[in-house]
Amino acid sequence: MLTPILEVKNLSARAGDKEIIKNFSLTINEGEIHALMGPNGAGKSTLAHVLAGKPNYEITSGSIKFLGRDLQQMKPEERATAGLFLSMQYPVAIPGVSTANFLKHAVNAKRKYNQQKELDAAEFLKLLRTESAALNIPAEMLKREINVGFSGGEKKRLEILQMRLLQPALAILDEADSGLDIDALRIVAEGINRLHNEHNALLIITHHLDLLNQITPDFVHIYYNGHIVRTGDKKLAEELEENGYKNFVENE
Amino acid sequence: MTKNKEILDKLDDKYKYGFITDIEADTVPCGLSEDIIRMISAKKSEPQWLLEWRLKAYRYWLTMQEPHWAKLSFEPIDYQALRYYAAPKQKTAPKNLSEVDPQLLETYNKLGIPLKEQEALAGVVAVDAVFDSVSVATTYRAQLAQKGIIFCSISEAIKDHPELVQKYLGSVVPYTDNFYACLNSAVFTDGSFVYIPKGVRCPVELSTYFRINARGTGQFERTLIVAEDDSYVSYLEGCTAPQRDENQLHAAIVEIVVLNNAEVKYSTVQNWYPGDKDGKGGVYNFVTKRAACRGINAKISWTQVETGSAITWKYPSCVLQGDNSVGEFYSVAITHNCQQADTGTKMIHIGKNTRSKIISKGISAGKSNQTYRGLVEVGAKAENARNYSQCDSLLIGRDCGSHTVPYIRNRNKTAVLEHEATTSKISDEQLFYCQQRGINEEEAIGLIVNGFCQEVMQKLPMEFAIEAGRLINISLEGSVG
Repeated sequence: MLTPILEVKNLSARAGDKEIIKNFSLTINEGEIHALMGPNGAGKSTLAHVLAGKPNYEITSGSIKFLGRDLQQMKPEERATAGLFLSMQYPVAIPGVSTANFLKHAVNAKRKYNQQKELDAAEFLKLLRTESAALNIPAEMLKREINVGFSGGEKKRLEILQMRLLQPALAILDEADSGLDIDALRIVAEGINRLHNEHNALLIITHHLDLLNQITPDFVHIYYNGHIVRTGDKKLAEELEENGYKNFVENE
Repeated sequence: MTKNKEILDKLDDKYKYGFITDIEADTVPCGLSEDIIRMISAKKSEPQWLLEWRLKAYRYWLTMQEPHWAKLSFEPIDYQALRYYAAPKQKTAPKNLSEVDPQLLETYNKLGIPLKEQEALAGVVAVDAVFDSVSVATTYRAQLAQKGIIFCSISEAIKDHPELVQKYLGSVVPYTDNFYACLNSAVFTDGSFVYIPKGVRCPVELSTYFRINARGTGQFERTLIVAEDDSYVSYLEGCTAPQRDENQLHAAIVEIVVLNNAEVKYSTVQNWYPGDKDGKGGVYNFVTKRAACRGINAKISWTQVETGSAITWKYPSCVLQGDNSVGEFYSVAITHNCQQADTGTKMIHIGKNTRSKIISKGISAGKSNQTYRGLVEVGAKAENARNYSQCDSLLIGRDCGSHTVPYIRNRNKTAVLEHEATTSKISDEQLFYCQQRGINEEEAIGLIVNGFCQEVMQKLPMEFAIEAGRLINISLEGSVG
């Protein structure tokens, strides 16, 4: 018996007058890894933002259920504390706020939601040290202002660190692999693999086969013009790598 | 003498009619006149020289105009409608906390000022609590006295140490200084007095809490701090005021004298009633704070966190007379709803090798307006004067305003003056990022704002910093959505 984490049915959404998501449907069950691939400008990031509850998008039709709850009724922070994580393509800098302090707030917000005791500074630092070491993140980086002057690779590793700390039920990884060198990519992929288990799920948005060679998806979806045009397994991604999107999008 | 007594008796009659029973306060009638000033002075059993000084100030004040150069707009203040003296009714001055009216103590407890607790925590903080105009409780004075430190209300200082008060009162802020300082000089009712003798480091943080309570009572405190050669003191001033509908005028003076190699740290957390969402009510805060570094290597450091008041007009200043003296100003000002603040500092370099530093962080939310106004002045003889100024503004929402007005007057070629200024906004992207990690909007704003102010908050004494951090979050509640 499959337990759904995310159920999107016939979703359409727009930003201003522009309809970006068109009749999109996708169900993600516990334990599954889904990959979403598509050409630039197909609206993959928009989909991720809509799921995470970013303002400025209007859902015009369809429904989204997350762990059985109506996602549209939940504020972005409620979605996050309930277990929806979005690793952002362009993580934003927040001057003046130290990375460690930010992460502590995030972890404790989730613990509060789960009616767990909030971690004090010592307990949190212990947790942080273990997780950051696994991602090769130096202690010095955690003292810096979050994402301020971080390299592309540092930002991505920090996103994965946050995912590890927050232990989401569903992690949406929006181009978690972009701008990473081979070593960094391996570290990020390991971090993601270590998170994954039979009770959570991943939605990986990517352009590249490299990441999918390290995190094997159960499903690969080709996303174009606001919805999924083809679903397959990892072979589909390999086919894409070879021939590009041409064969899939021309029929549209 | 007989004539004086007659006048006083007559005034006392008037005072009986003017007595407002429902607030149980010992007050004088509304309005301002020489008679009122004489009455205040008499009530406080002041020496003749002080009465004369008050009267000179009053007569000078009559020739002055309320200043309107600040970027503030408010209804005209009717100075004759204000009451210039109110003291909690008490027959004799309390000798210790157990003699203090339990209701007063209760009010302090509600405001989070646990005097009793503080007494129990012996030696942590000495508090000279000012309720309206008269000091009601002073703790730890005996311990401080052993080191020769005087920490008492200014009224007591006038009685017990008249030579010190007479020597320094008005020496940093003369009564001719400005309209509000002049008014204060005429009618000041109480405040704190601190004297640190030569070579003494004050072992505790000295602390005063002010509170404005009596309805329609102007409060005019006067604080005088004198740090003799080679001495050190850290002084904390914290303020809260209960909710009131009418505007309350507050025109205080803080004067600080710093002598050779002495250092004074003065920290303020100001949390007076800012008025309601529509700008109704709130405290009008017109304050003159100034420190004179009179000796060589003297140092003064002002740290302020301003979150309250409907109107703030305040420029804590440093007069760097002694060679090598240092002035610092660290400020966080938060305005929300309809609050207005025109605040900054003045660094007056007179001596050689004098240095000053200004770090100002302004946060505007709601429909509030905030102006940083600062002056850096370097005199002809101030060889090698240095100043560094940094003024950062953070805007929350679309309806607030932030302005930076730095004045620089330099008359010495060797001076090096630097000024940096930034203006930023909390972006939707930043808020969304926080929310996506489970941090709600209000917490996110608190986090971002606290980060923005960190440089200044670090300058506050520990226990104050925690309170101030909490206050910042409370002050910005409802600034989104």
